[in-house]
Amino acid sequence: MSVDLGLSPDQESIAELFNGFFSNEAPPAVARAAEPLGFDRELWNKVIELGAPGMGCAVEIGGGGASLGDLVVVAETVGRSIAPIPLIDHLAALSVLSDADLVAGEVIAAVAVRPADANGIWSLVPAGAVADVVIGVDGDETVVVRSTPPMSGPRNHGSMPLADRSAREGSRTVLGPASLFEVVLNRWKLLTAAALVGIAEAAKELGVAYVKERTQFGVPVGSFQAVQHGLADLPVAIDGGRLLTHKAAWALDNVTDGLIDWANNEITDGSTLATMAFLFAADGAVMATDRSLHYHGGYGFAEEYDIQMYYRRARGWSLILGDSTSVGLSLADRLFGTVEG
Amino acid sequence: MDFALSSEVVEFRDEIRSIIREFVTPEIADRMHTTGVFDAPELNLELGRRGILERACPGLGKGDPIEMYVMFNELEKAGAPYDGLAVALMIAAVVNKLGTDEQKERIIPSIISGEALVCMGYSEADFGSDVASIKTRAIKDGDEWVINGSKMWTTLAQVAEWLILLTRTDLDLPKHKGLTMFILPMNTPGITVEPVHTLGTEITNATWYDDVRVGDDAVLGDENGGWRTMTTVLAFERGVMGGTNAGVPLLRHFHEWAVANGVFDEPTTRERMARSIIDMQVATLLTMRSAWIAASGGMPGLEGSMTKVFAVEAYQRASRWTQATAGPAGLLQFHEEGAAGEGFVEYDARHSPVMSIYGGTTEINRNNIAERHLGLPKSR
Ligand SMILES: Cc1cc2nc3c(=O)[nH]c(=O)nc-3n(C[C@H](O)[C@H](O)[C@H](O)COP(=O)(O)OP(=O)(O)OC[C@H]3O[C@@H](n4cnc5c(N)ncnc54)[C@H](O)[C@@H]3O)c2cc1C
Repeated sequence: MSVDLGLSPDQESIAELFNGFFSNEAPPAVARAAEPLGFDRELWNKVIELGAPGMGCAVEIGGGGASLGDLVVVAETVGRSIAPIPLIDHLAALSVLSDADLVAGEVIAAVAVRPADANGIWSLVPAGAVADVVIGVDGDETVVVRSTPPMSGPRNHGSMPLADRSAREGSRTVLGPASLFEVVLNRWKLLTAAALVGIAEAAKELGVAYVKERTQFGVPVGSFQAVQHGLADLPVAIDGGRLLTHKAAWALDNVTDGLIDWANNEITDGSTLATMAFLFAADGAVMATDRSLHYHGGYGFAEEYDIQMYYRRARGWSLILGDSTSVGLSLADRLFGTVEG
Repeated sequence: MDFALSSEVVEFRDEIRSIIREFVTPEIADRMHTTGVFDAPELNLELGRRGILERACPGLGKGDPIEMYVMFNELEKAGAPYDGLAVALMIAAVVNKLGTDEQKERIIPSIISGEALVCMGYSEADFGSDVASIKTRAIKDGDEWVINGSKMWTTLAQVAEWLILLTRTDLDLPKHKGLTMFILPMNTPGITVEPVHTLGTEITNATWYDDVRVGDDAVLGDENGGWRTMTTVLAFERGVMGGTNAGVPLLRHFHEWAVANGVFDEPTTRERMARSIIDMQVATLLTMRSAWIAASGGMPGLEGSMTKVFAVEAYQRASRWTQATAGPAGLLQFHEEGAAGEGFVEYDARHSPVMSIYGGTTEINRNNIAERHLGLPKSR
């Protein structure tokens, strides 16, 4: 063990494979065509061929045996391409589910990121509109429900396949206490963080390419310092988010009894780091898409340009967990203990 | 990725921690605020005595950038006065890389023993960001050089043994090419030091050079190669010698005060605190990345700019909200009754602004990122 902050050769290949796959099979036009539902069955069938849905499962049950760090690399490519498939939700659900049809990807799983209400309804489940299986918390139990997906849902900012799902109707299995769900939610936050880093990266690339090309006053707008400085913050937020996300993956995979010693800036607790990465990457994606859209001038606002799709997803993919204050306060509880009374 | 320190580095870190526990007493931390000198000679001597400075110095001993990062990160998190040490080690590394054998023998032992400090004379009253335009002149006179001119912001000049001085030696060459760096004893005749008091308590200096005479043995690097020596200094700094986690002790002091005064349960405060803690993690990871790049044989110059831009603004954000949250108690200074965070909240609000200025301003760093990372056209 010693510090190594580069991707492993395996991860380099995974990144190359998935980036190549998504740029061929899922250019932004595919995400655009899949709106408003935000799901492309054909693309999902293609990622099945790559073995992506069961990638994080054990090899003995037909999975790919990938580490969390590997999944982070994949999730970033999903964000970068805004591919209209619920791969992140599915990979997160499979942290505790291992049915053969799920591992193979024949059936899609979603994560109800917020607990069911008193009537047993999980509201606005990400991927809920298209998933056959939903895992989440109902009362004090972690349950998994198989039922028919509605294949439609409320139109929303991020063109995400959201839907309310019942935690009680359909074929329902109790997996264990509510606390079991933490593993799933940690993985969902972690992979979503990675996807948000991917969104920020794509937004940066779109913005930089645009300002090099667009000229005003006879020079590229990218030669104006105000524009340069606004863009210069993006790689910093992206690299910071990527490092924090990988640290969370490393900790979740390797560290038991990690530290939450914030007073000395020593944090190796995976669950804490996953929430930190989620919040940081969400802010980074929002900032990157804001700025990139802005430096596109009026064209960024035109539906025809791709940056607006990234702008909406940066918000959609992060806010679906909850308002940012609540998520921030849940982190505070973890860092400082809960407030009594 | 692997975020675990090797067992050897963990041992090294634990040794640093035990030295900090013994030597970074509240009196020593306090002394920097009364003397205006951000240095602790007894700490330097102990680190020198144990061979740690030699071990950490790039090119000497082990020279592991990860250890260098760990050492300065621990000192910074503990609130130790380490600025003097950072400059001295950085210059020792430059002398080791560019100096003659004679210079190495004469200068390096005094630094890695923890005895001697170094001050840096690059900036002038009229040239800061555009430091390559400086005017202080060195003219050859037989075997000697005669130096005339003045420098601004020569921090630590009042206590340093050595001075590293950037001069102009050829007026006909383009501005980056006619520069020569010297390293000379501060007690060389002709040097005058005048204090400059600052918002952040640190006392820096204006320095004057009147017919200062030195031999060729004072030239560090090549004649007219001063800019290369400058970039070597920066390359050794690599953004890993502190300056990226200054918010950590502040948050600790603020938290103690907020809990003791029953105001820590306020959700806004808890959320802000949590977000600043995220910032501090990210800042340390970016710093660690620079160290890791250097340890893998790379030159993390650009990464250093990125780290600095982020870390400095994170510290400034933390300083801003802690003071605003503390209200009147955030106005009270060290040793005043009821001062938030024992006065650190007030102090950091005065100290944090300088971090986006010295060692290359935030704008200069953003220029760097825009041009070299994003590949945007030069704007100046
Ligand atoms: C407490 C303290 C200690 C210091 N210690 C030392 C030391 O030990 N040795 C030493 O040599 N120097 C030292 N310095 C000097 C420091 O490095 C300079 O202050 C710094 O480089 C900025 O130069 P300046 O102050 O002349 O500001 P200027 O260069 O005049 O800058 C003024 C403003 O203009 C902006 N600006 C300048 N150029 C550009 C550009 N191209 N694009 C966009 N914006 C620009 C700057 O970012 C800044 O906001 C110290 C400074 C301070 C305050």
